Amino acid sequence: MITAGVDVGAKYAKVVILKDGKALARVKVLVGFDVLKSASDVFETALKEAGLSRVDIQRVVATGMGRNTVLQKPPINADEAVSEVVADAAGAYQVVPTVKTVIDVGAEEGRGIKVEGGKVKDFVINERCAAGAGTFVEAMARALEVKVEDMGPLSLKSINTIPMNAQCCVFAESEVVSLIHSKVSKEDIAKAIHDAIAGRISSMVLRIGVEKDVALIGGCALDPGFLPPLEKELHSSIVVPEFPEFVSALGAAVIAANPTR
Amino acid sequence: MTTAIEIKEYPTEPLKCWEQAKNLRKNYYEDYLHSHERGGLRWAGGAWSFSAIPAGLGEDVYCITGEPYGATVAFFKDFASKCHDATEAAGFPRTLCAYMRNYWGSILLDKYILTDGTVVDGYPAPDFIWQDHICCSHGKWYQLVKWLEKKRGKEVPMYSVDVSVGYPSDFSSEEDYKVNYIMEQLNDGIEWLEKVTGRKYDDGLLCDAVWNEIKATSLWAEVCALNQAVPAPLDEKSMYSLYVMGTLMKHRPECVAFYETLRDEVKDRVKRGIAAVQYERFRVITDTQPPWGFLKIFREMEKYGAVSVGSLYTFGLIGMWQYQPDGTWAPKLIPHKKPQTRDEALQTIVRWTMHKPEWAHFYEPELKTKMMESIVKQWKVDAVLLHYNRGCEGLSLHIAENRFGLIQAGIPVFPFEGNMGDERDFDLAGTMARLTAFFESMGLKKLKE
Repeated sequence: MITAGVDVGAKYAKVVILKDGKALARVKVLVGFDVLKSASDVFETALKEAGLSRVDIQRVVATGMGRNTVLQKPPINADEAVSEVVADAAGAYQVVPTVKTVIDVGAEEGRGIKVEGGKVKDFVINERCAAGAGTFVEAMARALEVKVEDMGPLSLKSINTIPMNAQCCVFAESEVVSLIHSKVSKEDIAKAIHDAIAGRISSMVLRIGVEKDVALIGGCALDPGFLPPLEKELHSSIVVPEFPEFVSALGAAVIAANPTR
Repeated sequence: MTTAIEIKEYPTEPLKCWEQAKNLRKNYYEDYLHSHERGGLRWAGGAWSFSAIPAGLGEDVYCITGEPYGATVAFFKDFASKCHDATEAAGFPRTLCAYMRNYWGSILLDKYILTDGTVVDGYPAPDFIWQDHICCSHGKWYQLVKWLEKKRGKEVPMYSVDVSVGYPSDFSSEEDYKVNYIMEQLNDGIEWLEKVTGRKYDDGLLCDAVWNEIKATSLWAEVCALNQAVPAPLDEKSMYSLYVMGTLMKHRPECVAFYETLRDEVKDRVKRGIAAVQYERFRVITDTQPPWGFLKIFREMEKYGAVSVGSLYTFGLIGMWQYQPDGTWAPKLIPHKKPQTRDEALQTIVRWTMHKPEWAHFYEPELKTKMMESIVKQWKVDAVLLHYNRGCEGLSLHIAENRFGLIQAGIPVFPFEGNMGDERDFDLAGTMARLTAFFESMGLKKLKE
């Protein structure tokens, strides 16, 4: 059975095409103002990469905050839409079968999910503020005038701990500017930023309790500076699966393959 | 998304006493506003206050209770926004009790809002304040009202009853020292009321008011108990418009009469299988005051076939309950006879009030969790939606402990952040997205758009 999962996230739209549990294509693209167009483009690209056309895909499930945009709308014509929480659980279970706790940190949202056999037992999502999500790193990278992909490696060079207390992304940027004016090094500021995100995410995840194995997914899992402080805060080792930013789309594709779940 | 799942459909119909409820509430707000024109007195205080006591001053004494007034302000978002601006411009932080800020804002703006949203110029100052101090804000709330009114040229005397002794420790009998502590304050309070109003106190009216309050609060519990039926005859969104009578006028005969009518109608709905929600298939309860400006979340829930059958808040803020020998929770039985003297009336109302379930929030989280577990079991509830209400420190106190307790008991819990009276603290789209995820994790799909 060939299925597809489309994750229309805040920053990227991602598609995974799955055939009998094996990924035929994984493609992502930045989401523009026209969400449907972005999602359709990435879907077409994924089809091309897999050498397929829409009629070859038996079922498509959409997830992500823009999931309803593609629900039963051409050219994707998703058959069903599921929340990110449900897709994350299914996807994480697919790639880490021993997973009990899933942490998904995307561009705008952080989530903690307790999982049993790929099903959601309990979950928590950060409320309102982006200071516990990927957008925060991007905004701070701009303030530090470094590339976002350099933020993680930069932070790993620091051994100092500088508290960053602002709970709001905008105020945190002011705090970073103050640190810059205080001649704190970029490395130390980068580490402070990662520590701050890890602190916010961990305090949220601890509300549902941490049970091993713990998997970190979402775009922030690609940032090497984020994992060490998160493991430290949670007092737990964390597994980062291959292609962590595609896990939610993968989960949607898995759900598509099991319509009577 | 629409699914083709076969779901049982229940008959529904509007409540016949709905208009009566609307009129009662409307008249209450207008009576307070116009009481001076009729030669009457008006007082201000909380919905938790011993409202039967000022009733002894005469039948022309009207009150406005602060929390329901704050909620009414919250419902009309434009006016609420102006109230917030006014309190913040006066230097008060937005982290304080949202009802209190709405109330202060209304005074600062010198405007009074009626139940249909009509804003009247000139906030009607009370002749006296009769309050109790149940949470960290209640006493201070009215100290500040007194101060604000003084700045407007009116000296408003204030009396506040301390209830910090709490509920009976084993919840089956009341310790005398606790009863006496509150009774002494009420006795002193009656002397104080005579002094500040210049009126002679009528113990007969006090006895009537106490008896009315006991009957009204027991009747409301009876109404809530009827919601154990499947399908539920009432949904919580409607219950908000019904329990409120107890927060406004629990000591008045109109309240008793209304709750008798309502109880009979709800009984009849149960008998005939009339549902509040057409496709009921998933029952939830909530907790604490809802975000009043966003009651549409309850209508959204209905699209999943989910009905909120109540909460400890809607059941227990006004309703009086007791544990039965078999461990079940049931409406509290009223005393055998009506009090005949001042002393009997005060004893009766203090002993009765000490069983108020909503007091549990303030003293012992485990007790509240136990009550919620009882509701889950008896009302056949599938999940609990906990409102982490940033507008009320009192009722949100220990709420995370309640969450742990419920989860440990195997009950699914969905917590969401919000504010009962300040829309700036509530993210409707985000909350709905999370609620959707929760329902999906419970195996529910949307039945209709």
